[in-house]
Amino acid sequence: MTAEGEYRDRAVRPYVITRGRARPSRNTIRPETLLVLTDEDRPLPVSATHEERALLRMCERLLSLVEASAHLDLPVSVVSVIASDLVDAGYLTARSGIPRVTLPDRALLQEVLDGLRRLR
Amino acid sequence: MDSAGSADRYLPDTVQQAVKVLVVGAFGVGKTTLIGSVSEIIPLRTEETMTVASEGIDDLAGLEDKTTTTVAMDFGRITLSRRIVLYMFGLPGQRRFWDLWDGLSEGAVGALVMVDTRRLESSFEVLDLLELHKDTLPFAVAVNQFPDAIRHSPDVLRKALDLLPGTPVVECDARDRRSSATALAALVEYALAVQGGTP
Repeated sequence: MTAEGEYRDRAVRPYVITRGRARPSRNTIRPETLLVLTDEDRPLPVSATHEERALLRMCERLLSLVEASAHLDLPVSVVSVIASDLVDAGYLTARSGIPRVTLPDRALLQEVLDGLRRLR
Repeated sequence: MDSAGSADRYLPDTVQQAVKVLVVGAFGVGKTTLIGSVSEIIPLRTEETMTVASEGIDDLAGLEDKTTTTVAMDFGRITLSRRIVLYMFGLPGQRRFWDLWDGLSEGAVGALVMVDTRRLESSFEVLDLLELHKDTLPFAVAVNQFPDAIRHSPDVLRKALDLLPGTPVVECDARDRRSSATALAALVEYALAVQGGTP
């Protein structure tokens, strides 16, 4: 494990994995965005990369993007690009990518507060 | 990579909404300890390569010195209800990491600033930054009670840290789950109050 701010090299440069892109195609993709496999009977095309396959496998059940990144040992920025592609192509479904889809903010905050108070 | 316990890494399928808070502060102030004490998963670490301004190098050429560095970010999560999961992201407090914050603060409930009373000055930089962004990112201060630290009253600390009157200051023991949850609750309570127009 590396300490905060310490440099660690990788064999493959991140821009190789993302085919040169630094930003995801969707601006609603965030580290906490929840991802899940859309349809287990729909395989990726043969041209899919190793990382795309790994991410899809990782998200066979509901998981956040940042957790998938940590488990796959890839930077969040890289997984954001891959995840965004897979959502665009319909292989992954993103939840809570768009703010305020279900509840107004205040109600949501109140629910968070109630949840935290139950921990005390 | 795929370590033991991968079966319980997943969230319940009923969860629809992810919410996040930032836990910020100087190195060694207890960010990961606090996250770990309330998290239902062992805190995970992810790394991000970013370009940051160099520190401690005189700028003779008139060009800003930049260097590429890898920033580690620890995070944890709590499933708060059938519907909602809360993510806690630990972020280093220095100004040069502001770019990293920028991406993460979008959509965040707020930031919990962790402070060590034995070295208050290490919190000034992060507090300055947060004061600038307080309209979009509410923050509360959690004073981590290290065993060998002298206790100060919240009022004294508020003055020493030059905080605005409404900013919550809570004492906490980052190793204790209840205490950490209380500090997070103070932040969310404040975020609610600010939103209601009564900070």
